[in-house]
Amino acid sequence: MSALPISRREFLKVTAIAGGGMMVGVNLGAIGEAEAAAAAGGVENAWIKITPDNKITFICHRNEMGQDVHTSLAMLLADELGVDPRKVTIVQAGSNPGLYINKLLGGQITGGSTSIRDAWEPLRQAGAGARTMLVGAAAAQWKVSPGDCKVENGVVTSGKNKATFGQLATAAAKQPVPKDVPTKAKGQFTVIGSNIQRLDGADKARGKTVFGIDAKQPGMLYAAMQHSPVIGGKAVSFDASAVEKRPGVKKVVNIGDGVAVIADHYWTARQAADAIKVQWDRGPSAKVDTASVWATLDKAKDRPGYVAGKKGDVAPVLASGALEATYMCQMLSHATLEPQNCMTLVTKDTIDIWAPTQFPQGAEGTAAAVSGYKPAQIRIHPQFIGGGFGRKLENDFIAQSVAISKAMPGVPVKMIWTRPEDMGHDFYRPPSLHVMKGVVKDGKVAALSAKLVSPSVTSRAFPSAVKDGNDPFMTEGLANFTYDIPNMELRSVIEEVGVRVGYWRSVSNALNAFATEGFIDELAVSAQQDPVAFRLAMLGTQPLQKAVLEKAVQLSGYTATPPSGRAFGVASMECYDTHAVIIAEVSGTASKVKLERLTVVADAGVIVHPDQAVAQLEGGVATGLISTLRSKITFKDGAVEQTNFHDFQVPRMSDVPPIQVAFIGNRDKPAGLGEVGVPLVAPAVANAVFKLTGKRIRALPLEDGGVTFA
Amino acid sequence: MPTTINLNGKPVTVNAAPDTPMLWVLRDHLGMTGTKFGCGAALCGACTVYVDGVPTRSCVTPLSAIAGKKVTSIEGLQGKVASAVQAAWDKAQVPQCGYCQSGQVMAATALLTKTPKPTDAQIEQAMQGNLCRCGTYGRIRTAIHDASKQLEGKA
Ligand code: FES
Ligand code: FES
Repeated sequence: MSALPISRREFLKVTAIAGGGMMVGVNLGAIGEAEAAAAAGGVENAWIKITPDNKITFICHRNEMGQDVHTSLAMLLADELGVDPRKVTIVQAGSNPGLYINKLLGGQITGGSTSIRDAWEPLRQAGAGARTMLVGAAAAQWKVSPGDCKVENGVVTSGKNKATFGQLATAAAKQPVPKDVPTKAKGQFTVIGSNIQRLDGADKARGKTVFGIDAKQPGMLYAAMQHSPVIGGKAVSFDASAVEKRPGVKKVVNIGDGVAVIADHYWTARQAADAIKVQWDRGPSAKVDTASVWATLDKAKDRPGYVAGKKGDVAPVLASGALEATYMCQMLSHATLEPQNCMTLVTKDTIDIWAPTQFPQGAEGTAAAVSGYKPAQIRIHPQFIGGGFGRKLENDFIAQSVAISKAMPGVPVKMIWTRPEDMGHDFYRPPSLHVMKGVVKDGKVAALSAKLVSPSVTSRAFPSAVKDGNDPFMTEGLANFTYDIPNMELRSVIEEVGVRVGYWRSVSNALNAFATEGFIDELAVSAQQDPVAFRLAMLGTQPLQKAVLEKAVQLSGYTATPPSGRAFGVASMECYDTHAVIIAEVSGTASKVKLERLTVVADAGVIVHPDQAVAQLEGGVATGLISTLRSKITFKDGAVEQTNFHDFQVPRMSDVPPIQVAFIGNRDKPAGLGEVGVPLVAPAVANAVFKLTGKRIRALPLEDGGVTFA
Repeated sequence: MPTTINLNGKPVTVNAAPDTPMLWVLRDHLGMTGTKFGCGAALCGACTVYVDGVPTRSCVTPLSAIAGKKVTSIEGLQGKVASAVQAAWDKAQVPQCGYCQSGQVMAATALLTKTPKPTDAQIEQAMQGNLCRCGTYGRIRTAIHDASKQLEGKA
């Protein structure tokens, strides 16, 4: 997924720290002259700091939301620098897109399974460059050749000479900055590929981690909101007379999409906010309900849309009599366990924001737009994120917090949403309709057409990235289609339905994979072939994908002829540069299905932190089960009907079967992993349910289709 | 109105409205943020504390209901079982985002205190109320079995 690619080359930038030590970063040397001039103006990318107290600090430019980005990135650095990653201190970077841009996404964003891929070269080069300079300083001091020095665990030695990085750092800052330091090749890694404990793990098991919601500042007040019942509605007027005089209530503010109460304690604010009488203008989405959403999509299904993939000519083959099916995915909430929250301090000259955010640059821009302050006056302090999944790419809660705190200058105010507010004011996974047509001839797919009809997230979030009806995130799962089919046409149609939609972990890969992998299974049935053999036959040009499927078959114990009451279902795709297969094993009866086991095999290139790579796939599968089993978001009179975890049920312990994970492959770079576990769960389980029960369920969640998962 | 409770072994007096949920007494009035807010409706377990040793959803437990009682939060969790649980958590590398984990560790410690050798079914029953949106359930199960073994070995 490189939807917003920009082309840059990096060069190392090293500066001395005033009090001693060195600061190493990467100047994102731009291709353009103006940008090159700005870079020459001394913008350094502080990534690593080594100080005389022998402290090694990694200023982490991506946000930790459970995906292990702090530890995995520190491992990339440590491998080249020659230190123990467990001795590296992590500091979370603020907003500074000029320095911390994600080149795969075109912004300072943590998302799209890109963090490791984006940092792979520059971060390791920064580590290697720093090591070269530290060694250079040691060699100069000892009058030996750098080649005679050894680096281990942050210590340089040569014969009897010995110095720590801390001791060398000040002198190293004056060494010439090396150009094009070679980084290690596969096979030379010492840290990458090892299983150290997560740097943030122990604190998290002891309640010590400070998430956004936990951030504190002296004199902090709390804010609670009463939100418009419909997203996009406005508070026309309100009567707060009943609460204004309550002890502890400081202020009641209408911020447009809701009314906020600022108080000395959260509970005071919360209860007061609930007691305010508000007149609402329910806004443009007041009439949206679930039926209108699906009717709107259905009406758009004959539009041609954008061609994401094409081969041969489907029309004449399909005209000869095609198998046709319609697939659907219901809307979902992100339901991060940490509800949206944000603390802001507005002063005459500055704005400070403490927030769980995946998009510090967006937070800064939003704060500037809401406040009228310049970006340079705004400081973002990203905190640990209690679950992101794409929700914390959004800046709605940042905008609210800034608006609230502007009414209370000089005082930090922390706004916290309730669970019902969080569920009712999300950016939902888009509803999707998939029109599928296919023809099987001589046991092979002769033609396939697939069309996704759904609202576009990118049209709202990054409008300039949508061109000629192409939302590049909607073609995920189509543009990366792996099967070799002679006549093929894969399309996406943007159709707005009045619902605010957002990126939800694995985005359209999950929507499209449910339809394509389900439909390929249907074609296998019509060809009277085993679904595995049927797929393998179409993967001749995709040896990596084929190898992953073969490994999954072997590991899962897949058989085309399982004993009665048991069944397997297969799903396969490439996404985020990773080749992945999930095989679901189920047991039970026509109405009651038990998930026995899920086998996940992936070729994700170089695996940086194997144990946590496994954890990402385990977690991805659990996220995939949200969409698969029973969760959905529905609307009535413009408002979301679900309010909490009783009616939007995310998987509990009993819902998640044993998951076995294996990595294979021999590529020399890492691929993406954070989202890979998600998309294949639904099609693999649906295909297994079909095999078990004979019931082909083409709509998510599957429980709406007449099965119950035990 | 001042209310006195025994928090993590020490008497603490709080000046909060009696209907204030224990969760906000801890997080806001006392500044102890290890106990998490997830749902506010006894549906997720993120806010689990012990009241007189019994795992309790602090988000729906008003201050008035715990006056004079013994409350243990993650910050005060200690003892042989708790240490074994947290060591097992480290070994299995359970946490992802970590937001549910205070509640998970509290629930697991309570389980092993009462049932030193739980079966899978007993684990499921005890932990079913603790949501993990990141999906760390398999590792939670592994860690509980592991802590149980460690405790047995030491007994
Ligand atoms: S916050 Fe108390 S159970 Fe969810
Ligand atoms: S680790 Fe994120 S909710 Fe459990």
